[in-house]
Amino acid sequence: MSRQTMSRTRVSDAELAGMTSLAPRSDFPLLAAQPHLHYLDSAATTQKPRVVLDAITRYYETVNANPHRGAYRLSAAATEAYHHARVRIAKFLGVADVDTLIFTRGTTESLNLVASAWGRANVKAGDRIVVTRLEHHANFVPWQALASAVGAEFVIAELHADGTIDLDAMARLVTPRTKVVAFGHVSNALGTVNPVAEIVGMAQRVGALAVCDGAQGAPHLDISVDSLGVDAYAFSGHKMLGPMGSGGLVMRRALLEQMPPYQMGGDMIAHVGDEHTTWNVLPHKFEAGTPNVEAPIGLAAACDYLTALGRGNVLAHERALAAQAMAALAEIPGVTVLGPPANRRGGVVSFTLADVHPHDLSQMLDADGVCVRAGHHCAQPLMRALNVHATTRASFYVYNDASDVEALAASVDAARRKFAG
Amino acid sequence: MSAELEELYQSIILDHNRRPKNFRDMPDATAHADGVNPLCGDQLTVWLRMDGESVADISFRGQGCAISKASASMMTQVVKGKSRADADKLFDDVHALVTGRAGAQAAELGALKALSGVSKFPLRVKCASLAWHAMRAALHGAGGSVTTDQSGGESAS
Repeated sequence: MSRQTMSRTRVSDAELAGMTSLAPRSDFPLLAAQPHLHYLDSAATTQKPRVVLDAITRYYETVNANPHRGAYRLSAAATEAYHHARVRIAKFLGVADVDTLIFTRGTTESLNLVASAWGRANVKAGDRIVVTRLEHHANFVPWQALASAVGAEFVIAELHADGTIDLDAMARLVTPRTKVVAFGHVSNALGTVNPVAEIVGMAQRVGALAVCDGAQGAPHLDISVDSLGVDAYAFSGHKMLGPMGSGGLVMRRALLEQMPPYQMGGDMIAHVGDEHTTWNVLPHKFEAGTPNVEAPIGLAAACDYLTALGRGNVLAHERALAAQAMAALAEIPGVTVLGPPANRRGGVVSFTLADVHPHDLSQMLDADGVCVRAGHHCAQPLMRALNVHATTRASFYVYNDASDVEALAASVDAARRKFAG
Repeated sequence: MSAELEELYQSIILDHNRRPKNFRDMPDATAHADGVNPLCGDQLTVWLRMDGESVADISFRGQGCAISKASASMMTQVVKGKSRADADKLFDDVHALVTGRAGAQAAELGALKALSGVSKFPLRVKCASLAWHAMRAALHGAGGSVTTDQSGGESAS
């Protein structure tokens, strides 16, 4: 696969200057306290608005107790707060059957849950698992390990030169023997927005499980999980203004009820006999142990905040910034922008600068307050196909504006001059 | 650019990065080892040809940032011709230098002192140390692969 240099669309200074942030920077205590910071690593994790931090504090100051346990009123209030958060997050994600939203520590745990609990029960020797070349390790390694453990075949759908999935080739890989089709909603490394409906169609034709890694989808796209048609959708709260350790899995009720639990312990049981145990109802069957109550409470506040910003505005905002960044970077000699055109990606811009190592480049950018990710982005199979060891990645979100794009481009150009000697 | 960053990317570092010395395979090597930094995916191989207790030749190849490549390049220049014991001593001195623990020995490090800027950037200590760990593994016949995660004592924390 070859790299693609983006066409040099000139962005006028006036256009750039007009690009304000979608969310006030002052809503984010960390950004407000560090006005010179250009935080361009939201694909890794986002900053948190005051309302999220306040919701967590308020929970501990007024409601904290172990939910689903005590008969006392405080415990009942904690149970109610935890349940109410689930209702709000389900509504935000477009999930009508609230109890099919299982809280986990995030996308990685959600995908491991599906691969372990559903996969071990349903994937047999000789079956096939199809993933794509774009996958984050979290949606690659669990399936590779499952295939290896049960003797199934693990197949990778390859990409076009612009970093989009070769759907024709993928359709040929999804054979009647295929039990799982696992794909990302949006690539964390290139920003590619994948055509969910077409991929789900491939899976449905052969009766395979359609598993979508929504880590980079849920924070950015105005989605309704129910309408996507996927069998399982995994997401992380910390990439959508929520706290670390928040996130979940949405999966079809029939599948969740039929498959075995992922972890055993308190809360997930109905009756424990000396020789046999029965499982609790959804969602508790998949939430063993004391839950991380503060996580969904903070995430629910983040969902409300994003709703107030206008779900449809988020992608438009970050896509506009990404387009400006792609144009500005393309002006710099030696820069190669990877991935699809701006209208087919989210707010992610991955690039290389001649033979300057991304580790060195990000160090130089850091000195100018520009925070970017350097490395393989947990997507080594993709890096091999791109024939790069690592890239530098800038990712935009609701609190970014034109000044962040300008700082990025200026800093990259300064680094280029330094390393050119 | 900050003074600390200027010190990290001194011109001697950038020169070695652009034109690394002894950047080649060694078909008649008597020992070699790989160094891998799992954090950033950097990897390199260090080859040695020992003549008794003396390093007759040393070379390296691999992928890495400017710091790791320059450190490896300078290492091959100073280690060539040294005894096994002297090479071990250099490892210890460089390790002390890049972690900011260098004392009186720094005076004997010569051009390697250009690596002192690394001590202000804890995240980059592993970059500067990668080739040295591989060299030491090869020197003591460990061969195989060393990772900066196993080397201990130089994490950013």
